[in-house]
Amino acid sequence: MDQATLRFVIQLIIIGFTFFMLINASALLVLAERKIMGFMQQRYGPYLVGPHGLLQPLADIVKLLFKEELRPKDADKWLFTLAPIISVTAAFAAFAAVPWGAETTFFGLLDTPVKLGVADVNVAVLVVFAITSMGVYGIVLAGWSSNSKYSLLGGLRSSAQMISYELAYATALASVIMLAGSLSLREVVDAQSGYWLGFVPRWYLFLQPVGFIIYVIAGVAETNRAPFDFPEAEQELVAGYNTEYSSVRFALFPQAEYINMTTMSAVATDLYLGGWHGPLLERFGLGWVWFLIKVGLILFVYIWVRWTVPRYRYDQLMQFGWKWLFPAAVLNLIVTAALILYFNA
Amino acid sequence: MPDTILFYLFAGIAIGASTLVIGQRNPMYSIMLLITSFGALSALYIQLDAPFVAMAQIIVYAGAIMVLFLFVVMLLNAPQEDAAVWDRTHPLRRPGLGRFGALLAGLLIVQLVWTLLRVNEASAAVGARGDVAAISSVRSVGRVLFTDYMFAFEATSILILVAMVGAVILAAREPGR
Repeated sequence: MDQATLRFVIQLIIIGFTFFMLINASALLVLAERKIMGFMQQRYGPYLVGPHGLLQPLADIVKLLFKEELRPKDADKWLFTLAPIISVTAAFAAFAAVPWGAETTFFGLLDTPVKLGVADVNVAVLVVFAITSMGVYGIVLAGWSSNSKYSLLGGLRSSAQMISYELAYATALASVIMLAGSLSLREVVDAQSGYWLGFVPRWYLFLQPVGFIIYVIAGVAETNRAPFDFPEAEQELVAGYNTEYSSVRFALFPQAEYINMTTMSAVATDLYLGGWHGPLLERFGLGWVWFLIKVGLILFVYIWVRWTVPRYRYDQLMQFGWKWLFPAAVLNLIVTAALILYFNA
Repeated sequence: MPDTILFYLFAGIAIGASTLVIGQRNPMYSIMLLITSFGALSALYIQLDAPFVAMAQIIVYAGAIMVLFLFVVMLLNAPQEDAAVWDRTHPLRRPGLGRFGALLAGLLIVQLVWTLLRVNEASAAVGARGDVAAISSVRSVGRVLFTDYMFAFEATSILILVAMVGAVILAAREPGR
């Protein structure tokens, strides 16, 4: 096989691997969520299927696949089917712009290094932001097309919430972009390699602590997770936008949510935690293991928060987003800009 | 060659979706088709080596503005357009207005033809200004925006601010009620 063909094949394998890992991430997160929830509530969680309940996600998938698909009589036939597809497609597509490893030649297999990640885009931050913001259509359309009042309210709430928190989210991103001077996630990660004083990693987490906190909070709200899970507030809305869904169509919504969580964590790792840079492993070309560890840690915090903090009231959510989070993000942006000007001049 | 095929594919999607937007009876479908059309347009921007414009197109139009459209249609709950009743007495259906609309459409066609005839000159001018990728990079877009087009940029932001303040005043509850 010549180099060009080999390169093409390896690129295809990387894309397939990313897709495979994302699907696995959503299945494993369901299990991790139930296990951690069980631990926090002093019980076992799923325990019966496989050793320590490890095969539970498989059982869940089989169950969901074999359930009967129902559609309300007055639902809009096309949009009702389209909504979960939009959700899950946007979730998968957003990860395409996220790099997850350094350049590698696969131990000398290739003569020029290949970049680990689906696509290397020079406006990657914007691509991720644009595609994740498309995901809201899935939820809104699901709410509207079900023709049910609970679904409609859930869909409306979710769109209002996503528009509100997108602002704080984008403003927090802008501060990091200014520090790195680039919109490419790969360049942002490479700007964070090395150490200060020989032992403190040059992560933007230490330059942007406020920005990181804003990013994580806005990320939780963007992915509709507790304590901001208003689109599906059980006490008020039965199950929110997915009340009328069943079987595979239903399964796609939680899957999109878990993949969105993974994307949020992966982008946070690239922007604030130095991506695949870390001691020791990088020397053997295994930097992506650091990436996995960091993403796993942020995902754990997501689940931890969900089972610790109770849900806010809807007006509290809007007040918090507009009156606290967004002004804090803007202030952070202005201070960052001023400091960059001061130190560069 | 793949570039040409992709161009005709996305251009076809953009034109087809835009045409269908007008043809739909259900405003929800119109909105979805309009989003499709915006998506195809942004693909065309990427082909023109302008990834920033492409992403701005998706974030601003397909992401933000269309969500508001969707919001309004959902809240008005207007699944069907009332076109069955052809109201001749409605002020918008007077023949004079129809003629004015036809005149505007004619002007638009003249303008389009004139632009299309000048395409070769224009693309030559862009090519002469150097590397297209460097011109369309985010850095140079930002620089031009805050130097050459400073006045237009600030005027636009004040215009948007005025609209926002107006919306707040219109929506605010009157005191004492």
